[in-house]
Amino acid sequence: MKPIPRRSNAPVFWGLFGAGGMLAALFGPVLVFMTGIAVPLGFILPSDAMSWAHMQAFAQHWAGKGLLFVVVALFMWHAMHRILHSLHDLGVHAGAALKIACYGLALLVSIVAAWVLLALGF
Amino acid sequence: MNTPDPRRPYVRPMAGWWRRNPFFVEYMVHEATALFVAAYALVLLVGLLRLAQGEAAWNGWLDALRSPVALVFHVVLLAAFVYHCWTWFRIMPKTMPPLVIRGKRVAPGVITACGVAATVVCSLVVLVVAWGATR
Repeated sequence: MKPIPRRSNAPVFWGLFGAGGMLAALFGPVLVFMTGIAVPLGFILPSDAMSWAHMQAFAQHWAGKGLLFVVVALFMWHAMHRILHSLHDLGVHAGAALKIACYGLALLVSIVAAWVLLALGF
Repeated sequence: MNTPDPRRPYVRPMAGWWRRNPFFVEYMVHEATALFVAAYALVLLVGLLRLAQGEAAWNGWLDALRSPVALVFHVVLLAAFVYHCWTWFRIMPKTMPPLVIRGKRVAPGVITACGVAATVVCSLVVLVVAWGATR
């Protein structure tokens, strides 16, 4: 009898890739526009929209904290999963070392983001 | 696999495979948007770190965002995110289970259009909320 195969961990990473990809598709363009173009130029949004006081209040609110964490972490999990598989397409073997490097970087970014957001207080 | 073989059988070279077909070139370009998504996540992470370091550090990050290099970089980021959005919803009909409404399968073009429309709605809502909260 064939032994029961071990459960694959692929769905977890694929799920994070999918969630991050959907978030990046729905909200990525407007976020880049706001933080990188509109606010620095004072175009559409006031140039003090991301002032120290505003962003402190945003990052100290539980909802703002959650949004910031989800955006940074899921964008990173999405990107690193895709980079891992694109490197495989380019002939780099997607073995344990590359997986640990890619998913490890996403995990590191998630941990740092969570740690900083908790350090900012409530 | 890589032991020298005296028969020297033909092995089709794989190097540069994706450059031989426009379909695969597009595939690699839309996969490459991941580099920009990762870059933006890191830009935001640095912003969070600067926010935690105090007001002077935060204002330094804001000044850095106002530099011409940062502005050009964010225009490139925006283009990459828009392309990611378009390709994400273009591929979605192939990656999701068939959607059947009133006995008929929803056409791929309709699913793509709904996705892009959802992005437009989300973008406007976020802009209006941000404008209302900061003006």
